[in-house]
Amino acid sequence: MSSAVRKPRKLTQWGVFTMDLTFVWVIAWRELREALRHKWLWFFATGFAVLALALSQAGLATAGYAGLGGFGRTAASLINVILLFAPLIGLSVGAGTLAGDRERGTLTYLMAQPVSRADIFWGKALGAAVAVASALALGFGLAALGLAAARAGRATVYLSLVVYTFLLAFAALAMGFVIGTLARKSAAAIGVALVVWLVLVFAGDLGVMGVTVSLRPSPDALLAMLLVNPLQVFKLGAVYGLRATLDTLGVAGQYAVFRFGAALPWLLAGLLAGWAILCFGLAYALFNRRGDL
Amino acid sequence: MHAVAATLIKAILGLVDYRGRIQVGGHDARRDGKRARRNIGYVPQEVIFYDWSVQATMAFYATLRRADAGQITALLAQMGLDAHAHKPVPALSGGLRQRLALAVALLGNPPVLLLDEPMANLDAQVRTEYRTLLAELHRQGKTLLFATHRLEEVEALADRVLMLEQGELRAVLTPAALRATLAGDVDMTLRVPAAQRSAALACLNEAGVSAHLNGRGTVVARVGADRKVHLLRTLSGSGVEVIDFELELARRDPQA
Repeated sequence: MSSAVRKPRKLTQWGVFTMDLTFVWVIAWRELREALRHKWLWFFATGFAVLALALSQAGLATAGYAGLGGFGRTAASLINVILLFAPLIGLSVGAGTLAGDRERGTLTYLMAQPVSRADIFWGKALGAAVAVASALALGFGLAALGLAAARAGRATVYLSLVVYTFLLAFAALAMGFVIGTLARKSAAAIGVALVVWLVLVFAGDLGVMGVTVSLRPSPDALLAMLLVNPLQVFKLGAVYGLRATLDTLGVAGQYAVFRFGAALPWLLAGLLAGWAILCFGLAYALFNRRGDL
Repeated sequence: MHAVAATLIKAILGLVDYRGRIQVGGHDARRDGKRARRNIGYVPQEVIFYDWSVQATMAFYATLRRADAGQITALLAQMGLDAHAHKPVPALSGGLRQRLALAVALLGNPPVLLLDEPMANLDAQVRTEYRTLLAELHRQGKTLLFATHRLEEVEALADRVLMLEQGELRAVLTPAALRATLAGDVDMTLRVPAAQRSAALACLNEAGVSAHLNGRGTVVARVGADRKVHLLRTLSGSGVEVIDFELELARRDPQA
């Protein structure tokens, strides 16, 4: 029996992290394969693609909204669709990744191999992120192909939306990982993820409206309330990216432009990235606890 | 007993927290778990693999265990799985899946095999084959650390027995000493024709033997180790045909 031993391709050590990138890639590839086999991921991806394509074609056929045309018009139309789809895809994939493996019993067996928890966690996170990005890229790609064929306007507005969408989806994915790390059952994790999605999508908007009407907060307080919800951060960033009229930003948005000026898009993108980093960090810390199987 | 043994196995694998110190191949199982696990091949009671082919499963774990790709073919042949290499794992029987678990455990040629009741869910014939495989690995120099409640497995494979009870190490024994200690009772699982099960049960109860029917339609009788042949004779004398039987150490009531 051969006992040849492969040398690690690269070893990264950082405090409690002991990662072997070979293992991270292998686990990520497995996770990606698993995620792409799930029917509901394709359901979301197809739904998003159909809507994106339909909106892009509608955008070409109608007059520009607020002076937008082609890519800009499509980007504006897509924002509300993305606000529903991107967090839903991210949260559900993230919640199901660890909880599903734990429930099936495959996680314990994987952890019994000579790999670290960091290898497993970050491999799974990477695989899930690529799966989510692929699902969204399908919709964006189809819409972009249609628009490019019609030579419809500047693509930078559209690309800005794509970047914000990916950041929002990764933030939602990271939140899903926190849920999946805590949940024992996959169904429970998905259930909690859906509740979080509902809160972010509906209660977040309604809550801000309610607080604004009843408490009449200062502009700073109103802006802060918006910025703690990644969906509102995305909306503000995406609408700002359209570079249309300031009134499309709303009062809080206009105040944000006044406060932060040209740094606003970077700040908003940073906030979304911060959500993703914070939640992935929290999920890893929870996952790394001893006995958490 | 099994819950304690399962926890001990998880501790050796660095999967649960514990007090004290466990070292495998000179590596601390808690602080340096990754290196410690490189010395361990783990076979659980019932392994759940991903929904892949046997070959793909082996390739995946070979990467994680830093095993040479050439070892996959050799191990599949050694475990009698070469004909099943392209089958999906869920299509394999329980016995073949346990062989696959053993093949995965041997990837990277670890010196220690950690087995958690690996034969508990196998039928008698497959269990015998599996035990032979393990005995051969033991003979080749592998250290087998396994949890079981079957005396025949202990006698066939073990040099040293650690008796665990209620979270405590009760004794370290040889298999012969274990037999002497536990010879008190065994559970005999008797396969009798369906039409004779009630008669068998009545006959055993009449003879003062504690017996019951289990969910699989077999009769389970608890007797002293020296009363096994007597029990078979009693049934035979009553006209009950015993088609087959299995023996298992009687689980001791922890409250007793």
